[in-house]
Amino acid sequence: MNLKELVTGVSGEKQFLLGNEAAVRGVIEAGVSIAATYPGTPSSEIGNVLSVLAKDANIYFEFSTNEKVAMEVAATAAASGLRSFTFMKHVGMNVAADSFMTTAYSGVNGGMVILSADDPSLFSSQNEQDTRNYARLANVPILEPSNCQEVKDMVKYAFDLSEQFKLPVIVRTTTRVSHMRGVVEFGDVKDNSSNNDNHWKRGHFNKDPSKYVPVPAFAGDMHIRLWDKIHNIEELTNKSDFNKEIEFTSDKKYGLIASSSAYNYAHDVVKFNELDVNILKLGFSYPFPQEKVAEFLKDLDEVFIVEEVDPIIEKETLTCIGANKLNVTVHGKLDGTFPLWHEFNSDIVADGLNKVLNFKYDESFNFTQSLDKLSEDIPSRAPVLCAGCPHRAMYYGINLAIEELGLKPEDVVFASDIGCYTLGINPPYNAADYLLSMGSSVGDGCGFSVSTDQKVASFIGDSTFFHSGVSPLINAVHNKHNFVLTVLDNRITAMTGGQPNPGIPVDGMGDDAPEVSIRKLALACGCDYVRVINPFNLEQVIKTYKEAFERQDTAVIISKAPCTLIKGLTKKPPVSFIEGNCNNCDKCVNELACPAISKINGKITIDKSQCDGCNVCIQVCKYGALEAGR
Amino acid sequence: MDNHYSIYICGVGGQGIIKTSTIIGEAAMNQGLEVVMSEIHGMSQRGGSVSTELKIGGYNSSIIPNKGADMLLSFEPIETIRGLDKVNSDTKIVYNTHPIIPSSTNKPYPSVDSITKTLKENFKHVLPIDGTQLAIDAGSVLALNMVLLGAVTADDKFPLTKESVIEAMKNNLKPKFHEMNLKAIESGYKSIKG
Repeated sequence: MNLKELVTGVSGEKQFLLGNEAAVRGVIEAGVSIAATYPGTPSSEIGNVLSVLAKDANIYFEFSTNEKVAMEVAATAAASGLRSFTFMKHVGMNVAADSFMTTAYSGVNGGMVILSADDPSLFSSQNEQDTRNYARLANVPILEPSNCQEVKDMVKYAFDLSEQFKLPVIVRTTTRVSHMRGVVEFGDVKDNSSNNDNHWKRGHFNKDPSKYVPVPAFAGDMHIRLWDKIHNIEELTNKSDFNKEIEFTSDKKYGLIASSSAYNYAHDVVKFNELDVNILKLGFSYPFPQEKVAEFLKDLDEVFIVEEVDPIIEKETLTCIGANKLNVTVHGKLDGTFPLWHEFNSDIVADGLNKVLNFKYDESFNFTQSLDKLSEDIPSRAPVLCAGCPHRAMYYGINLAIEELGLKPEDVVFASDIGCYTLGINPPYNAADYLLSMGSSVGDGCGFSVSTDQKVASFIGDSTFFHSGVSPLINAVHNKHNFVLTVLDNRITAMTGGQPNPGIPVDGMGDDAPEVSIRKLALACGCDYVRVINPFNLEQVIKTYKEAFERQDTAVIISKAPCTLIKGLTKKPPVSFIEGNCNNCDKCVNELACPAISKINGKITIDKSQCDGCNVCIQVCKYGALEAGR
Repeated sequence: MDNHYSIYICGVGGQGIIKTSTIIGEAAMNQGLEVVMSEIHGMSQRGGSVSTELKIGGYNSSIIPNKGADMLLSFEPIETIRGLDKVNSDTKIVYNTHPIIPSSTNKPYPSVDSITKTLKENFKHVLPIDGTQLAIDAGSVLALNMVLLGAVTADDKFPLTKESVIEAMKNNLKPKFHEMNLKAIESGYKSIKG
């Protein structure tokens, strides 16, 4: 499919779309004018697609420096009467939370939708937090699509709902919904033509401090108004078609309530095992549809709650049972029927249902011993830093500098951050000892430097530094903390697929943009030692680290070299191996650990298709067995 | 259970696995069948193992249950072993015999012959093909995914026609590669059908 179809596609047309692409179509159908994000898997492709289509779709789109800024861009657009969209991974909600909480009080004028993508099983995240808690914390409605069609339909509906009740609305996906592909039938597109010289429509902000400025005198009333809205919306959730019963049997003994991706597994297990269980699917799950759930429960003896991550629907159901004085046994996470962690699948759901319904027969299927052994013996294939990655050169260099300074590995704490460079956790680099969140390496550097006598080496990427590394750096300087901060400036937001950031002269719509200098920022924060180095010059890397570790202040080293995955870079010729010079010390294989170098049948082998010609291995080899390509 | 068909596709990041799955999914949609697919992005693309799951028929879940695949299509020998949870005694196991040796690992790569021998001791339908060589013969090693796409269409139980898969391929890949891709699909098909 050509992505442009997401803009030009007409009502009734069907496309095979990724969940994140379906979200973009929903945004286009809803006539959104302003969209902002900070990239984060599993939501990243929404931004990648919007950055290509924004101009054709009359949308202003930006990669904001962080999720809080993105939330503020969307909130003010909605306050100005435009439809606005912000989207992020689940942990991005933590960054945005401060402003998000207040948007519930101040409300919106145009529709505002927040898509937050949860990551059960942590495919690419540091935790499994459940966005549905934020709906309850802030008191805003939440929709939970289960498939690509619903992603499109619910995003579109969320804008109408938001505009009707003047409240932001959350759409919560999971990795399996965002990264599912399925058939999506398009609907009508709401007109969002521009009314000015820009390609997007301009709104107007009508001043009303009692509505938009939550000083204590106003905020109290805002809270009362918020509850009014939520009580009114509950009438809608009780009637919504997104909350529907799927009948498999006339037998009323067992029921099942499910949402999001977990519903898919429950549906398939019930359907293909022909179980006598009816399902209530909750797609519009907060405010909780008490009446509808009570109606579903009233004739049941037992109910299963199938949801991923936190037992939220389960607790709401228990409340509903109590409030309505029903006599129904609940099987969910709290009684151990289903796990409290990680994503579900059909097997996990079937195992849970089987504990009560006893329908499953385990077919025995024994492999031969040789297959069992083969399965145990196959080498792992974990993600690694690419051949030619500048991060590898820095990690190799800092470890040598530490050795040359006579320090032991336990003398230096590596405070890591969120990005490809977290892969430095693996041997032989062992360069990640502590990590909390985006930007935490800098604040962690502050803490370790006053709490221990160990040296501290903090590592942060360029995009992450802009995201939330600057204010802790100001803290470090002002409070006289002593650590070495390395900014790994690889000229891109690499881990999430290569989005631009403020250090690059391009914006989210592909237009020219001012480049913000990390060096000048560090100097402006008051750092006296700021060095920009070429990570592929090993001697310079080692010398700079030795200098920086000797200092008593916050030293900043900026490693500046582009990510090898950036498209259009000219590839340097691969390294050659001169067998006669090789001393079999294996330093290149064991200590540098570049994926382009391996030892096959006792001989060093360069994978020329992978080698990026960074030439660091040549500087590692003391015997001249590796030579720059020509 | 007519027209129900689940394919587990696995290999290494960069081998064209997601594109191959998308082409099959789009072909299924064009034939009017219900289809869902699951893919994993992010960390797994840095040279790690990659897999997609594709289910044709009235499924809501895009994840194949254990032992639930009709076909295991593997782009790399040891990735076949990693995918065996999805396999039952009737599953067709089609795999490319050309290994990609993982870097920084302390375990030796097993011989491909021993993998094939062990698989054949355990399963009825074990179909190794030298997909990498067939791709090179068709014009480029990058056509490996097209060779394996052709191999899928050769399974008697596969509910899509070769023509609709070719049509979806043309809709998803650049015209200048169509001729090579057609050659690759054909050689993959023949390697199974004989």
